[in-house]
Amino acid sequence: MSVVSLAVKRSCRGVSLKSCNLLANDGYSITNEEIFHRRRNIFLQSHNTHLTRLLSSRPLNSKVPQAATWEPVPLDQLPPPVHIPADLLNQLERLALVDFRTKQGLACLEEAIRFADQLHAVGTSGVEPMDSVLDDRSLNLREDAVTEGDCAEELLQLSKHTIEEYFVAPPGNIPLPTREERATILKHSE
Amino acid sequence: MLSLTIREVSLALREGRISPTELCRKCLNRIKKTQHLNAYITVTEELALKQAQEAETRLLQGTPRGPLDGIPFAVKDNFCTENIKTTCASRMLKDYTPPFNATVVQKLFDQGAVLMGKVNMDEFAMGSGSTDGVFGPVRNPWSYSASYREQTEATPDSDWVITGGSSGGSAAAVASLTSYLALGSDTGGSTRNPGALCGVVGLKPTYGLLSRHGLIPLVNSMDVPGIITRSVSDAAIVLGILQGLDIKDSTTIPAASSLTELPEQFDVKNLCVGIPKEYHAPGLSEETVAQWSRVADMFERAGAWVKQVSLPHTQYSIVCYHVLCSTEVASNMARFDGLEYGHRSEVDSSTEAMYASSRHEGFNDVVRGRILSGNYFLLKQNYEHYFVKAQQVRRLIAEDFKHVFSSGVDVLLTPTTLTDAACYSGFTQEDNRTRSTQEDVFTQPVNMAGLPAVSVPTALSRRGLPIGLQLIGPALQDWKLLSVAQWMEQRVGFPSISDYGDSSRNDTGRSKRERTSAV
Repeated sequence: MSVVSLAVKRSCRGVSLKSCNLLANDGYSITNEEIFHRRRNIFLQSHNTHLTRLLSSRPLNSKVPQAATWEPVPLDQLPPPVHIPADLLNQLERLALVDFRTKQGLACLEEAIRFADQLHAVGTSGVEPMDSVLDDRSLNLREDAVTEGDCAEELLQLSKHTIEEYFVAPPGNIPLPTREERATILKHSE
Repeated sequence: MLSLTIREVSLALREGRISPTELCRKCLNRIKKTQHLNAYITVTEELALKQAQEAETRLLQGTPRGPLDGIPFAVKDNFCTENIKTTCASRMLKDYTPPFNATVVQKLFDQGAVLMGKVNMDEFAMGSGSTDGVFGPVRNPWSYSASYREQTEATPDSDWVITGGSSGGSAAAVASLTSYLALGSDTGGSTRNPGALCGVVGLKPTYGLLSRHGLIPLVNSMDVPGIITRSVSDAAIVLGILQGLDIKDSTTIPAASSLTELPEQFDVKNLCVGIPKEYHAPGLSEETVAQWSRVADMFERAGAWVKQVSLPHTQYSIVCYHVLCSTEVASNMARFDGLEYGHRSEVDSSTEAMYASSRHEGFNDVVRGRILSGNYFLLKQNYEHYFVKAQQVRRLIAEDFKHVFSSGVDVLLTPTTLTDAACYSGFTQEDNRTRSTQEDVFTQPVNMAGLPAVSVPTALSRRGLPIGLQLIGPALQDWKLLSVAQWMEQRVGFPSISDYGDSSRNDTGRSKRERTSAV
């Protein structure tokens, strides 16, 4: 391992470190040639062997694992991918009041479900669900008394459409149009 | 002057070496010079000058309100600010002007801090790159530093790197020297991740220590206001001011310590530092591992007891986070219907049609995607299978931390991110969900358990970009955590960005380093 110090002059917080280099500030050194290789490797998007060699010159702290200690749950251990039928799609759009817009939106949901399925690799029988990290203490309650309010004016100002002290909505009790009709409306509204 | 820490500039203000209005003008100029970073959504120039003038009067009278009097700061655009637009970087709230201040913002105003503006983010804080907001992506100031340009021969205009997110504007504002502190928010790592990638300190306090009142919610059971500063001791000053019970947020808890200063000399002898082995995750860069190891060595040499520990459910944490986040998002986003506030569509054939089209027009694909998957996980037939299951796994993750801390570990040392900052062009080739599952892998477990954690800038990578490491402490041990973080900061020798030239591209001259006291 070559130890030609790089001629970079940089001061690290309060300490002038003329030998300080790019990888670490406490004693690694690298040659210009290696830098060239690294640049090329970055360009090629490949993990370079020079770095490995460089690191191996200074062994890792024994408490820090040398390699990744886990892998994502293999796909074959997951339940089969979920397919969202058309009626469920419609139900979701009605509930969420947002639309999938494109096929890509649907693919995104299916991937999100597949990702979530990894949870089933964890055994949780008898485990109490956790709503809040503060579930082990009682929280502060204030006096049950009115301390502020009377701000109707301020709040009404934030609305696009009001009459006197009312928010104005379009006609109600009309179900959301069918998917096809919705698509037309939304396209129109863009 | 602009590259000083809060502690240093506060002293300069008191000694009259600079006045608050001069300082404010310098920051405003710098914001103009660094406009290409796209860090700010709204610059509150007029208000800033007025606040600076008021601070000046107080300082001249010798009655400053505290260490933050006259100090310029920035606020992520998901904290409500009275009479100042608060957009969440979304079309939905593009014209929303709240009638009140978030508690944390009010507390900074009460201290005389000077608001420079509202900063950019991922839409509704959903993302890990600050690339998915309606006002466009934020550029990492280190993209323009000599360290990056020389090492990679990059052209900043095409090869610029991301800030991380979602509080990318906050981190960019502090790193590019336009603000001395910035508020971010941290639900799954949104303060620590950009902190690490931009080479600044990113603190996520214990859940409940800081009020969420006025922070537009993402995941109520995990959201915390985050603090971004240039030094650990600055973060401690701000924490001391912001912490404590708030009558307007029933999930706040009293501070365990009323300290405002960290000890100058902190002894790590006999401190037990845990290295959770699961934090060597697939995709962790060798350089980050090398830094992790270097700092572990540092603790060991100073007499700390460094030991490997296990947090066995770590790998499932990101999956669990993904489910809980989408479900809470589905519920939280229900408030945006176009009726009381926010974007309202022109469609007025029926209330439901108006709701649907307002939300279609107002939210980006990422937000809509999370709402839809959240609704899927909450369907009657899926509720137990996904939502309750995730809540159970959440408890297991929280218990992993409990076991480790009750076994005598004082603090955990981990990487903050897998790698240094990615190029924008490469980052955006994957979708937001994929990126978040990669980027948040080391940061979101802490939010699951409500623990305090801080990302400390550690070294520059061979691309000349910052690498940060994360320290995690037990609940309410924020002060001890920061003491350890400061000890580490004093020894890692992380350089100041001002050593590497100006991040404003018009200015070719390198600004001389002004920091003097950090060691």
